[in-house]
Order: sequence, then structure tokens, then C-alpha cells
Amino acid sequence: MTAFLRFLINGVSLGSVYAIIALGYTMVYGIAKMLNFAHGDVIMVGAYISYCGMQYWGVPPVASILTAMVVCTVLGITIEGLAYRPLRQAASLAVLITAIGMSYLLQNVALMIWGANPKTFPQTFINGASLNVGDMSISSATIITILANVLIMVALTLFTAKTKMGKAMRCVSEDRGAAELMGINVNRTISVTFAIGSALAAIAGVLLCSSYPILQPTTGSMPGIKAFTAAVFGGIGSIPGAMLGGVLLGVIEIFGKAYISTELGDAIVFAVLIVVLLVKPSGLLGKPMREKV
Amino acid sequence: MTDIQQAAPLLRVNDIHVYYGAIHAIKGISLEVYENEIVTLIGANGAGKTTTLNTIAGLLKPRQGTIELNGTPIQGVGASKMVFQGLALCPEGRRIFQQMTVKENLEMGAFSRPNTEIEGSLEEMFQRFPRLKEREKQIAGTLSGGEQQMLAMARALMSRPKLLMLDEPSMGLAPILVEQIFDIITELHEGGATILLVEQNAQMALRVANRAYVMETGLITMQGPAEELLHNDAVQKAYLGS
Ligand SMILES: Nc1ncnc2c1ncn2[C@@H]1O[C@H](COP(=O)(O)OP(=O)(O)OP(=O)(O)O)[C@@H](O)[C@H]1O
Ligand SMILES: [Mg+2]
Repeated sequence: MTAFLRFLINGVSLGSVYAIIALGYTMVYGIAKMLNFAHGDVIMVGAYISYCGMQYWGVPPVASILTAMVVCTVLGITIEGLAYRPLRQAASLAVLITAIGMSYLLQNVALMIWGANPKTFPQTFINGASLNVGDMSISSATIITILANVLIMVALTLFTAKTKMGKAMRCVSEDRGAAELMGINVNRTISVTFAIGSALAAIAGVLLCSSYPILQPTTGSMPGIKAFTAAVFGGIGSIPGAMLGGVLLGVIEIFGKAYISTELGDAIVFAVLIVVLLVKPSGLLGKPMREKV
Repeated sequence: MTDIQQAAPLLRVNDIHVYYGAIHAIKGISLEVYENEIVTLIGANGAGKTTTLNTIAGLLKPRQGTIELNGTPIQGVGASKMVFQGLALCPEGRRIFQQMTVKENLEMGAFSRPNTEIEGSLEEMFQRFPRLKEREKQIAGTLSGGEQQMLAMARALMSRPKLLMLDEPSMGLAPILVEQIFDIITELHEGGATILLVEQNAQMALRVANRAYVMETGLITMQGPAEELLHNDAVQKAYLGS
């Protein structure tokens, strides 16, 4: 029973990281109608920047994380403006290939700057303590990750429901032309979406490395792919879907590894995704797509 | 009528050409709309009416020609800036935000205006369209076709446009609702609005309009006072089915 609970909590925590990353995929997909495969690598950049802040620049953890968020925000806006905006009218395959190229570019640049040797992410307030409940010990990173996820979800839900920019995003995601007719600047809305997604990626990077402290240029790829899977699982374009998809994916992964097979953990995750998509092609909370020209 | 036209036009479209790739959809059309006029643009399917309105609204760029609003050139400025210039388009097929509530749709219509002014305009719209008031919190995608059209018009009006462009507001509606839509157009006109109206229902459009243009395959083939065109033989044959 204790083992089960521990797996569950770890699963929810890992899933929370996926959920925070998945938000970046899902928001960008909803608004810009593209898959930003470089998103996973923005996580890695965020983790490296906060690592550098704490290890080399002597910046306190919170300030390091904030710096990472700022750098990632600027990075996200730059990637969008330089690589994706010129392709706004291009075929979606061209955009997809550009995104994959951008992903490798980020990894290679990270390799040049930080080298191939894995870095060990330092102990911070995030993972410095643990909480004992009965005979179970829960790391503070686990709890903070779950709390961060809940907080981000509430904040984003309020943002899209209440603010002018949030509503503008919903309009652009539904009908870009009609949104323009309202006076909404579509390019700016897309930039803001990338900014939010990338700032969240920085947070996700720090949270991920607080629980799994090995940092290298490819650190973002696998969580990136899984978070993308989580976004599709929950229904791509849907913010609550990203949350649900991420958390479920994390739980399935940990349970799969614990009870079925450690080696096949990832394969189990994807098998579940395939089954869900066969039964419900638009994902758990996704709306059936109405393709528009 | 003629005394209106003494002044400079509110909208002047001058010899615009619009292409979809290699397709030459608009082949040099010119038209004017004067303040407080209803001008209608009629023509068969595929004549280029929607293309013309979308180009004026900035969704499409003319390859050649000019569009002036109040004497300021607006071609190529981009759709999202138009509403700030006083131009609103209620597009073909309504294109309301299906997943937002009625009220949110109306608020988005006033996106270009300061938040403090929105409340008053909302009240105005609810008075003009009482059905929308009853359904304020309903998700727009669940409204009936007629209600969606009312919402689309109200949303366009929320920006307080100097020029309102309506693209087939009566499309797909039952005769009684068509009547209602045209009543609203007449009311708006009496309230001082300037309207450029595209319609399949030429009969109704010519009844409410001051002036009209007839389009055929990317060109304007006839123009004049609506009353005259209503009784013109060629127009009657082609568009009024008599
Ligand atoms: N996106 C597009 N790509 C290519 N051609 C187009 C596109 N939109 C319209 N056209 C073509 O341009 C011409 C004018 O179309 P438009 O929609 O302006 O006609 P319309 O007068 O509004 O017709 P309707 O009364 O059916 O709405 C048509 O021949 C149409 O096939
Ligand atoms: Mg049309």
C-alpha cells in the first residue's frame, strides 16, 4: 500500500512536469496551428541557465530560475519571429521540418556552450528536504512540482478566461480571420503565446532537474516528446487537456515501470496513447476538429 | 440622395485588382460609399462580392488600385488595423466565436475600444437584439442560425463603425428572419449608419438601399440608384427572377 501510494505520488509529480511542458505545445498548437518540436529543448536551455546561475554566477536559486524564465521567454519569441513567422503561409510540413531543425540547432548550440558531459543539477530549496508521512518519505521536489502545476493551471485558466489578451488568444485559436476583424493583432498574440509557453518550459526544466538531476544537451528531448504525447492524449489545443494528459501519462509511466516492466515503461506509455486515440481521436478533452481552409 | 454626394465619399475604392494565386478574381472595380448611405453590391455566385468586401476589410491585399476611407489610403494596412479606422465587416458565414459566450463575442467586437465604454454598448445591443440578452451566457455555437446572424451583426456594431459592411446577412434564414434582418438594417440606417451590403436577395437589398452596384465575374457591370435598378429589365431578368 505504501509502495502504491509512493508510485502514485511520484507519477503525479512526474506527470506535473509533463503537464507544464504540454501546456507549451498545446497553446502554441491551438493558436499558431503548428507543432513546435523545439519546445522540449527550450526546457533544456532553461535548466542550463538556472544551473549556470547557481553554479557559476553565484545567483540565488529563485533569481536563477527567474533569469532562466526571462532567457527562455526571449528565446521563444526569437524562435517564433525568426523561424516560424516567415512561414506563416507555408505548408505545415515545411513548418514542422523547421521546428525539428530548430530543435537540433538548440541541442547543438548547447553542446558547444556546455559540452557533452552531463552536469549534476545542484540541490536547492526545491529538492533540499523531504516530508515523512507514516513510513513514507516524500521529497520536497515532488510536492513543489505538484503545487507548481496546480498554480500554473489556475493562473492560465484565469488568464484565458478573464484578460483581454487571454480572450484574444481564444479568438485567434478559433478563427484567425475573424479575430483580425475584431482588431486583434495575430502576430503579437502568437508571440505572447510563445513567451508564456517558453517561460513555463524554464520552470519545467528546473522542476525536472530537481527530481532527475542529470543535465545534458539532450535532457529536453524525451520529456518533450512525452509532453507532446500528453498534449495529444488530453486533446491538443485544450489547456485542461494538457493537465489531465500530463498527469495521467506520468502515473501510467511510473506504474508501468513499477508493476509491468522497467525497460518497457516508455513503450507502455505510447501503447496507452494509441489505444486512447483509436477510441477518441481528438484526445480525452479535445473537441472534434473542424478543418478550416 | 444627390445632396449626400456633394461631400467626399466615406469609402472610395478605385480600380482594384485582386488575385487568388493565378486566379484574377477582381478585375478593376471602383465604387464609392457616402456617409449615411446604404449601398448594395449584388451579383451571381462567384461574381466576387465577398472578395471585394474582404479586400476592403484588409483580409486580402489588392495587387493594384487604392482604397480610401475618409480620404486616407487603407489598402494593405492589414485587417487588424481596420477596425481602429472605423471599418467593420460582418463576414460571410457569420464566423462568430463558437466556443465563447454571447456576451464574450460582443466584448470581442469592442476589442478596439477602451474597456470603460463597453458596458454602455452592450446595453445598446441588448436593447436592439433582446434575444441576445436572454442568451447572454449561452455558448454562441449553440445559438440558432438566426440568432447567430443577430450576434454577428451586433458584434460588428460593437466597434461603433463609421462604415458597416455586411456580407449576405440573410443567408440561410427563413423568410420571417430575413424580414427581421432587413428591418434592423433599415433601423440602423435611420439611426445614421453607413452600410455597404452584399446580398443574394437582390429584391430585398434593392428595396432598402440608396444605390447599388451589380457585379459579374470580377467587374461592375451596372450601377445607379437602387430604385432604378429594381425596375431595370436586365437586372430583373438576371437577379429578380421575373
Ligand atoms: N480562397 C480562394 N482561393 C481561390 N479562389 C477563390 C478563393 N475565394 C474565392 N475564390 C474565387 O474568386 C471568385 C469570387 O469569389 P467570391 O467568394 O468573392 O464570390 P461571391 O460573389 O461572394 O459569391 P457568393 O455569392 O457565392 O458568396 C470565385 O470564382 C471564387 O471561386
Ligand atoms: Mg460571397
